[in-house]
Amino acid sequence: MGEFKVHRVRFFNYVPSGIRCVAYNNQSNRLAVSRTDGTVEVYNLSANYFQEKFFPGHESRATEALCWAEGQRLFSAGLNGEIMEYDLQALNIKYAVDVFGGPIWSMAVSPSGSQLLVGCEDGSVKLFQITPDKIQFERNFDRQKRSAIHKMIVDRQHMGVSKRKCIVWGVAFLSDGTVISVDSAGKVQFWDSATGTLVKSHLIANADVQSIAVAEQEDSFVVGTAEGTVFHFQLVPVTSNSSEKQWVRTKPFQHHTHDVRTVAHSPTALISGGTDTHLVIRPLMEKVEVKNYDAALRKITFPHRRLISCSKKRQLLLFQFAHHLELWRLGSTVATGKNGDTLPLSKNADHLLHLKTKGPENIICSCISPCGSWIAYSTVSRFFLYRLNYEHDNISLKRVSKMPPFLRCALQILFSEDSTKLFVASNQGALHIVQLSGGSFKHLHAFQPQSGTVEAMCLLAVSSDGNWLAASGTSAGVHVYNVKQLKLHCTVPAYNFPVTAMAIAPNTNNLVIAHSDQQVFEYSIPDKQYTDWSRTVQKQGFHHLWLQRDTPITHISFHPKRPMHILLHDAYMFCIIDKSLPLPNDKTLLYNPFPPTNESDVVRRRTAHAFKISKIYKPLLFMDLLDERTLVAVERPLDDIIAQLPPPIKKKKFGT
Amino acid sequence: MAALEEEFTLSSVVLSAGPEGLLGVEQSDKTDQFLVTDSGRTVILYKVSDQKPLGSWSVKQGQIITCPAVCNFQTREYIVVHDNKVLRIWNNEDVNLDKVFKATLSAEVYRILSVQGTEPLVLFKEGAVRGLEALLADPQQKIETVISDEEVIKWTKFFIVFRHPVLIFITEKHGNYFAYVQMFNSRILTKYTLLLGQDENSVIESFTASVDRKFISLMSLSSDGCIYETLIPIRPTDPEKNQTLVRSLLLKAVVSGNTRNGVALTALDQDHIAVLGSPQAASKECLSVWNIKFQTLQTSKELPQGTSGQLWYYGENLFMLHGKSLTVIPYKCEVSSLAGALGKLKHGQDPGTHVMPRFVNWETPQGCGLGFQNSEQSRRILRRRKIEVSLQPEVPPSKQLLSTIMEDSEKHIEVEVRKFLALKQTPDFHTVIGDTVTGLLERCKAEPSFYPRNCLVQLIQTHVLSYSLCPDLMEIALIKKDVQLLQLCLQQFPDIPESVTCACLKIFLSIGDDSLQETDVSMESVFDYSNSVHDEKMEEQTEILQNGFSPEEDKCSNCDQELNKKPQDETKESTSCPVVPKRAALLNAILHSAYSETFLLPHLKDIPAQHITLFLKYLYFLYLKCSENATMTLPGINPPTLNQIMDWICLLLDANFTVVVMMPEAKRLLINLYKLVKSQISVYSELNKIEVSFRELQKLNQEKNNRGLYSIEVLELF
Repeated sequence: MGEFKVHRVRFFNYVPSGIRCVAYNNQSNRLAVSRTDGTVEVYNLSANYFQEKFFPGHESRATEALCWAEGQRLFSAGLNGEIMEYDLQALNIKYAVDVFGGPIWSMAVSPSGSQLLVGCEDGSVKLFQITPDKIQFERNFDRQKRSAIHKMIVDRQHMGVSKRKCIVWGVAFLSDGTVISVDSAGKVQFWDSATGTLVKSHLIANADVQSIAVAEQEDSFVVGTAEGTVFHFQLVPVTSNSSEKQWVRTKPFQHHTHDVRTVAHSPTALISGGTDTHLVIRPLMEKVEVKNYDAALRKITFPHRRLISCSKKRQLLLFQFAHHLELWRLGSTVATGKNGDTLPLSKNADHLLHLKTKGPENIICSCISPCGSWIAYSTVSRFFLYRLNYEHDNISLKRVSKMPPFLRCALQILFSEDSTKLFVASNQGALHIVQLSGGSFKHLHAFQPQSGTVEAMCLLAVSSDGNWLAASGTSAGVHVYNVKQLKLHCTVPAYNFPVTAMAIAPNTNNLVIAHSDQQVFEYSIPDKQYTDWSRTVQKQGFHHLWLQRDTPITHISFHPKRPMHILLHDAYMFCIIDKSLPLPNDKTLLYNPFPPTNESDVVRRRTAHAFKISKIYKPLLFMDLLDERTLVAVERPLDDIIAQLPPPIKKKKFGT
Repeated sequence: MAALEEEFTLSSVVLSAGPEGLLGVEQSDKTDQFLVTDSGRTVILYKVSDQKPLGSWSVKQGQIITCPAVCNFQTREYIVVHDNKVLRIWNNEDVNLDKVFKATLSAEVYRILSVQGTEPLVLFKEGAVRGLEALLADPQQKIETVISDEEVIKWTKFFIVFRHPVLIFITEKHGNYFAYVQMFNSRILTKYTLLLGQDENSVIESFTASVDRKFISLMSLSSDGCIYETLIPIRPTDPEKNQTLVRSLLLKAVVSGNTRNGVALTALDQDHIAVLGSPQAASKECLSVWNIKFQTLQTSKELPQGTSGQLWYYGENLFMLHGKSLTVIPYKCEVSSLAGALGKLKHGQDPGTHVMPRFVNWETPQGCGLGFQNSEQSRRILRRRKIEVSLQPEVPPSKQLLSTIMEDSEKHIEVEVRKFLALKQTPDFHTVIGDTVTGLLERCKAEPSFYPRNCLVQLIQTHVLSYSLCPDLMEIALIKKDVQLLQLCLQQFPDIPESVTCACLKIFLSIGDDSLQETDVSMESVFDYSNSVHDEKMEEQTEILQNGFSPEEDKCSNCDQELNKKPQDETKESTSCPVVPKRAALLNAILHSAYSETFLLPHLKDIPAQHITLFLKYLYFLYLKCSENATMTLPGINPPTLNQIMDWICLLLDANFTVVVMMPEAKRLLINLYKLVKSQISVYSELNKIEVSFRELQKLNQEKNNRGLYSIEVLELF
């Protein structure tokens, strides 16, 4: 099948930001997640938990609260004292409204979804009416002596239940008048709101209980503690057949090592996130009707987009961080070896460049050209293009100034194979083509979005001959443009699940598309139809283990000499699909880690199938083919991330 | 809080109640079934939970029932009197009252009285009382006259006080009231005159009585609307003298004085009474529950269709004639707290279910159920459904099983339980098993001879029971010294309290070898130690084990030598099992059980010293057996682990140290233990040294595997 030299890279020092808030939207089954750096991500729980949208963070904009209102509108509020609404189509911030109350600590939406309530640093609680295109200040509630740091779940004020030196981190107001509070003393307490009396108290942790979320039916809720434990409480009858019910702590879950800063309760799952950067989705077994793979625990740690690009020609890797880029040159070896050997290095990898952004905004996307002489990246407000010059071991960097005003915010940047063209997907839905020559550039064309749609394109793919450009948004199908004739060539039929990766094969110009449900399609651009192989695959179906993989395919590439091969990877495996071999059915072994050493060729031929999978490298953030016989794999071991997190609350373990 | 629940009608069929209402409602031998006698010719047996009649019997046209039917709890027969003198006795199988047993008496019967646990009494209109058996032996016997002319019996009640039947009846003559108390053990009849106090011309409308240790508390509702209490001593001071009793005001103006219909009261429990009547002259009739301790009205229910002024109370149900139909209002008095009363009103449960299942079934998702609306309508629908279901001839097997438990023989119950267990597991399987065990245990308690051992074993083996579900089970087994059942419980129950574990241990240690032989305990955890002849080897081994430490340091070395001088057969003794295999199996069950040291220690102190020594000897033996092999395990299926053995040795020594130290026969044992522990410690210290070396090797190995931040490797895909 093939022997490769693999550059196994572990020096991508990426640490995801801790999760601050999660908000679940029942209507669309989507989950909004905000991180401590201000990034907001939207996961589609129906589409195999794919992170389909993201809004880049901002240094001054620490999000403290996140909620869905008016159906599917997403709002956030934070320490900069502003309420923001996100445009989920154009993927930008629609507007920001200063509430004039200092930093906002909490925000809640009224049960009807038409009003927002924020609690500010100065102790005021402010009510906003949500209008069709903005929010409007309605009234200010009486100031309290302390700053309002409890969350108001409904638009009613509740008497203070805090004790001295005890911070109430969250409250929930149930429709029967019960108030549930969680506090820094490790207690979950039930109060009668009519009388203000404590009804029941559960001491569940030695540390703070930081978050609470109630199910829509109000028959169960979930709390998260600073010890990393998530507790599930359920309203169960005292005895069977009895109508009298009481809240019982039913299940503890320990999926986090650090503070659980936020929890959410979907009808079928408990969702939690915190300082340890994992988003954990724990389905409730009793609510899951079919006990299939959807009932499995999900732990999402890495973004579902690419943070790494690579220059094949110069063997360079460009790493994208929140506020800087790193350029590394891979090392080399002259030795050869057999499978599994680690070869002695004749030259180690070099850190060539550390490029810091200006301003507080996070980097949205970045790319290095295949020739290695251009680097482009974009933040929300600016687009940067640099020209790199290599003189022996020295490297010089020159910024291309005077960017045209339309090139302000790019969601995706791509260079053509010969590095003469730059493709930019802007957040206005337009695709710009820029001609690069020497040290200058020229704007060639802009494909405007179809009239009426403003959907942003987040994925781009260009053919190696530079003739075809494919662009995909978050929901609509994939558009293929003819770069020579500067017009829309065709649109690939829409599919239910969002696209996670795509690439155009050299020579054949077949577009290979991977979707979040792990389906892979091959579409012939010249013929404007799916290829025969793709039809065969769809007819036979993928192996069930393939469909059960829980991280999306994030990158697809091709072997220049073997047109039948498709290389793709997700976070836990790397796979070469050999289209010439038969597809595996559910009875065959999908993963075949053992080399056929002593077996005869007959056996090998009988068991051989199209999917050649390697699970050696994980978690795998990037994998690409540098040349015919060389691969580069970028891993980010979880232990290295944990080592960079603040220490968790120390728990006394027996015998230590 | 005392509460009345939603009422329901027993039957849609209108009873032929006369103007004075029903003749009576009496309990039958089953808790849920009641005999209703109307004022005409009919007796109906109702099942309250099903709200349907189970049987109906009528006397011939022209005859008239004069005394409400009662149940003879001893023979499970029903007794009724018609035409004042004719006694009829029948049971459920009889269809026609004409064809059943008949006895014609020589005097007119006022009432037949029957309570659980004793034979029925017949009270004649003239005040004489006879036991039923004595009366049936000679129906035509002469009945003496006790009360004077024109004196009329108004009310009567029959109690059991300290297992002795006591009968009280009230008579009236020209506005004066007399109470007669008949003690049956001493055959003493005491007559009291009731003084009405200042309000001399009031008429007493209704009586009720409750009994405590010394007094019968007679409560009477007078026509002035007040309730008075009269305390009648059970043991009369001077039975010969005519004594007077004064009544005291208990509750004032409970009902309106001049009502058209009758009023009635009945005592519900120590502190609560139910009163039927109109609160004001013009208002509709009400059933109200009063707390006599606090003199507060707890709850009341309006009965707009009017009542007959009669009220009966049996087993949490109040019976009355509401309009034309017999109405049942369940009464509940749950323990309430002030916090509960202030904070939240607890809702009562569905009135249709009287026997509350005590077990929550966690398996079925009904708990988080959406279908649990409390609306009136759904309740009604539920009830209707329930009626429909119960009308069908098929009773669910679980219900059938429960009813079997209450009455059938052990053999039959066993067959039924086996049948039930053989069925497919239903979603309410847990609940049914729990109810079944509780039912069996209740019966065990009531009938000392009843002990369905095989059933209990089968039920325990379903793996759904736990100690907290049926704490009585182990209690009964302890009383019966049923070591087999105890062993099973120890193996199956995850939550046995330490005190019970310790009680089991005591029994296991004290039970005689001969009685053990008869039992059939599970020997799974015991390996047949008898055939292992390791005696000499053992000695050798200790020699080897001592390698690495110098015996000179041993302060006990001289005792060692002393010991070594002892004859060989004693050493042999220490390596043969000190207990019989069956006892070993029982003790292993104890070793396997979960415990918390703090709670167990105080109980361990209660075990006699010789038993402690025996147990220690056994543990020491196990420990020796353990240390015979490298893995430190015992042979056999599920044997006690080394840690369990060690923990128990420590526990026993901790709890009984002073006792064991003083015992001469334990001295050798202690020295042996000390020697062994010492040698083991030295072995472990050596192992520790080795472990450190191995750890270093492991580290070296790991470093080799741990690639740096960057490497180039070869990958071949197949």
